[in-house]
Parts: sequence; C-alpha cells; structure tokens
Amino acid sequence: MKTNPIKRTKFSQALAALLILGAGIAVGMGASAPAFADDDPWKDIHRNVFESREVIENDGVVELEAPYRAEDAAVVPLTMRFPASAGEVKRLTLIIDKNPAPVAATFVFGEAAGKGDRMISTRVRVDTYSNIRAIAETADGKLHMATKFVKASGGCSAAASKDADEALANLGKMQIRTFPDVHAKDRSTPQREAQVMIRHPNFTGMQMDQVTRQYTPMKIVQEMDVTRDGERIFKMEGGISISENPNFRFTFAPGSEDAIEVTATDSDGKVFTASSAGKAS
Amino acid sequence: MVRCPHFGGRFREYFPGLKLFFVLTSLLAFTCPGWAVEPLPAREVAPGVFVHQGRYEIFTPRNSGDTSNTGFVIGRDGVAVIDTGGSPRVGAALLAAIREHTELPIRYVINTHMHPDHIFGNVAFEGENPQFVGHAKLPRALAARRDRYLTINRELLGEAFEGARIMPPTEFAKDRLELDLGDRKLLVEAHPTAHTDNDVTVFDEKTGTLFLGDLLFARHIPALDGSIRGWLALLDDLAKRNDVKRAVPGHGPEQMPWPAAIGAERRYLTKIADEVRVMIKEGRPLAEAAQTAGLSEKDAWLLFKEYHARNVSAAFAELEWE
Repeated sequence: MKTNPIKRTKFSQALAALLILGAGIAVGMGASAPAFADDDPWKDIHRNVFESREVIENDGVVELEAPYRAEDAAVVPLTMRFPASAGEVKRLTLIIDKNPAPVAATFVFGEAAGKGDRMISTRVRVDTYSNIRAIAETADGKLHMATKFVKASGGCSAAASKDADEALANLGKMQIRTFPDVHAKDRSTPQREAQVMIRHPNFTGMQMDQVTRQYTPMKIVQEMDVTRDGERIFKMEGGISISENPNFRFTFAPGSEDAIEVTATDSDGKVFTASSAGKAS
Repeated sequence: MVRCPHFGGRFREYFPGLKLFFVLTSLLAFTCPGWAVEPLPAREVAPGVFVHQGRYEIFTPRNSGDTSNTGFVIGRDGVAVIDTGGSPRVGAALLAAIREHTELPIRYVINTHMHPDHIFGNVAFEGENPQFVGHAKLPRALAARRDRYLTINRELLGEAFEGARIMPPTEFAKDRLELDLGDRKLLVEAHPTAHTDNDVTVFDEKTGTLFLGDLLFARHIPALDGSIRGWLALLDDLAKRNDVKRAVPGHGPEQMPWPAAIGAERRYLTKIADEVRVMIKEGRPLAEAAQTAGLSEKDAWLLFKEYHARNVSAAFAELEWE
C-alpha cells in the first residue's frame, strides 16, 4: 500500500511541532533552573524544524531588523527584507529561540510576492532575552539566516490585553491598507506595500482566567492567506508568539487592480475574511 | 529561616500600650532586619487627609518599592487607605505612619488600579481585616498578571518584596461606591479604560480632595497601559468637576491645585496622540514612531527614557484602528 506523502508530511510536521513545544516547555522551566537556562535551544530547533539542514548565515538573502532592547515585550516589531538579488524566496520561518513555542510564524510566498526588493514585518511577543532568527528558503532549497539578539521579557506570560473587554468585543475585525511605493522610481522591479491587521486577542494560553483560576485556553490566529487580485502574496501559519491584534505589513508585486484579500482562521475554527477595494475606489 | 510576623491589629490587642508596642516593634526589627519599620513620612494636606509622596524612581532594592503616592483618610469611626506602595515593607511602613496618628480600625484599603507600585503593600494590612476595594475589573487584571508581577518584582526589589502576595479586592466599584467613615463619606468611582482598564478615583467630600491614582501624573512621565483616547476623554470630563478643591496624583507632589493639575499630562498625551496620528496617516511604521514621536516633551518629565517609547508604541497600536 502506498502511503500518502502529503499526510505523512503533515504528520511529521505535527510531530515536529510537538517536539518543539516539549523542548520549549523544558526551556521555560529552565528559567528557574539555571543549569538549563544556559543551554542553547537553537541546536534542538535546528534539528526539529530544519532537520539539521545546512543554514547559511548573513549572506544578504534575508535581513532582519529588530530593536536591541524591546520597549514592550508583548509588541516587538520585526522587519524582514529580501533584496531583489536574493532571487525567489519560497518560505520564511521566524524563530524566537527562548519562547515557549520557538516557531513564531512561517510565511509561504506566492507569485504576487514579487521578485524585487521585498519586505514583511510583524509584531511578536518575546518572553525572555533571546535570539530571534529569520530563516529564508530560496527556490534552490537552500536555507539562509539572519539573527538578532533582543532584550525583552515577559511577552508571553504578560497579559495581552490593555482592554480585555474590547479585545473580545471586536474579535475578527480587519483593516487593510495599501501604500504607494515611495521608492518606485529607484527600483527596477516595482513593489507596492500593504498592511493587514486583525483584531484578535491571540491568547497564549498562559494567561490566567479570573473566574476559573485556570489558564485561558490558547486562542490564536493560526493561518492567514493574503492574495492580490486572486494571486497569493503569502500564507502565514502563526503560533502564540504573534502579538495581540496580529499585524503584517508587506510588499507585493503590483497587479491590475491591486485588490488585497485576506482569509484568516483561528484556533477555534472561526474564519474571518476581508478585502480592500483595489484601484477602482 | 526566621519568619517574621506581621505587625498590626493582633499585636495591639495584646499590648494596648503604644510605648510597649513600639518597644516590641524595635525588638522585632532588631531580630528581623527585613521588617525594620520606619513610619513613612506623610503630610496632612487637608483635615484628616494624609499623603505620603513616593520617589520619582523605578523599582530598585534601595527604594523598597516606595515609588508611588499613598494616602489615608481618618474619619470618626475608621480609616481608609488609598494605595499601599510597592512592597510589603512599604505597606508596613505606611501602617506604622497611620498608627502615629490614630488607633482607629482600618476599614478600607482601596487600590486605585492594578500596578505593582500601588498594590503590593496590601499584605501588610491583612491583620487589620479591612475591606479591600477596587474596580470591578481589577480581579481579572490581577489574575492575568499575577505570576509575572510576582516574579519580576521579586527580582527588582529583593528583600523588601518578601511575603508579597496578590490580594484582590473584596468589594468592587462597578460605577460608584460610597464608603462610610462615620462623619465623612468617600466616593469611589470606577472609570472606563484610561491609564488602565481598572482605574478608580477616590473623593473625600468633606475636604474636596480627589485621589486620582495614576490617572494623574505630575513631574513623573505618564505611563500608558490602557487607552490614550479613553484617558484624554476622561481628563476632559474630570476637568469639568467644580467640587474638587485639591488633587492627589499617583505620582507627583502631595497635592495639586484643580484643575490646573492635569494641564501638563493632558498636553503630553495630546501631543503623542496628534503626532502618532499623523505618522499613521503617512503610513509610517510603529518602530519609527517609537523612536521619533513626542520627543519635544523630553525635558518636561522625569523618567522619560524609561516610559516614553513604550507609551508611543501603545498609543500607535491603539490609534491605528481608528
């Protein structure tokens, strides 16, 4: 009997995720056991997420911008860039070494991501002083990494909501903005910029509920598919490290209408959709 | 390790003589250096209304968490405490200060909001069996932050934090709550999200003293952990009140004239909101705003470096949804 390769991939991904979670818990617990805390979690992450494949560091394929000292550990802005010279980037994995679940997000890029100078930025929670890694996989299957050390603490266990009632009341509300490309003239391949925001508490599952005295179950935006005129720009799979009210700003290749469509799915299976009007408006 | 008892009601029951009490206190202080209780200095800003001014500092072992203003109001039948400082040690010193002025029972301990510098002295009042009073949303806010608050503040304060626990309110203000001290009433008012989502003000009708908690900062830069729009709207409402004779800020001088007291804070918050709105409109990112917005306010405040960029980030994340 033939095994279904897709199923097997999914299974191994799930297994990897479990392993990472397990490693994460061990690391988290290590915070109170100093012997553990000094261990470099990257070795395990490299093995579990990337099957210990070779990773080329700082070769200019991917750049990562992050503040050295985070002002607010629950909202740490990260920007990843691929210059035109990087060629096609298929996938980007965002890793926060010492977070309870180190894989913050993966982005799979489609046709509409374009081939010029590309950028994608988001905001993450950082639980303790940690290395943050952006790992790009190019069309040739090679992995390229940029790393930044960020001083922050308490992003995951800190309560997410400054206004807890509002966070839930507006669940799923989305906002899409497109921006003109101010550098269009300097670029051989023009790119436009857009921003997608979704109201969602992105509960980490580590925040305690007042009534039950139990930890609030995890409730996160798990998947977000973003297209331009029906062509995929990127599909994001996210974990608990993405900040409350997930926010993505990115470049895309201009199309005929530049209508952006977003479909987001959260861990309760709720589906949220939104679209921008495009050029017509 | 030697565990040191709490001072308070029980001791006074057994040893009603005040002198003996203080002899005992100093004896215990000698054997338990962590509990050396020097009463907090507190000034009577109006008849029966006392305020201790905290330092313009962030938590360090040196200041024991004495970084916010605390107050107490003495009525005919009892005492109400407004905020308890940032550690059990500061709370114990506050209690000692109260006992320099009155032996009346402590009826109420009011927390103006969830922040550590206002709540962690609560535990020192447990032996007095007061009602703990706070915003109806305070229990949720504390529960969500409990582990984090305990861990980080223990790291920051060290010994002064020993014995700290989260003590949620036993009596809630949903809207308005009247507390009776015999010959004077205190009005506890719960507000919509502003500095945090669980701010209350305390008004002493008899003297027209309004305790604003961290809805009012002076000299110490405001810290935004709620809603900048809500905060500005609330300041507009509060400024209209003409029954207020003096304001007590959560951080700042012991008392301030009303409504002039809110001028600087309003200017700061307005400036941030205005500049951040322009940057959002121009399509600039949060990271850039955090580095550039509101810098003209730099010399107007203490602790600017510690709080400003974070305030801007919070304002940005809120206002980009407008």
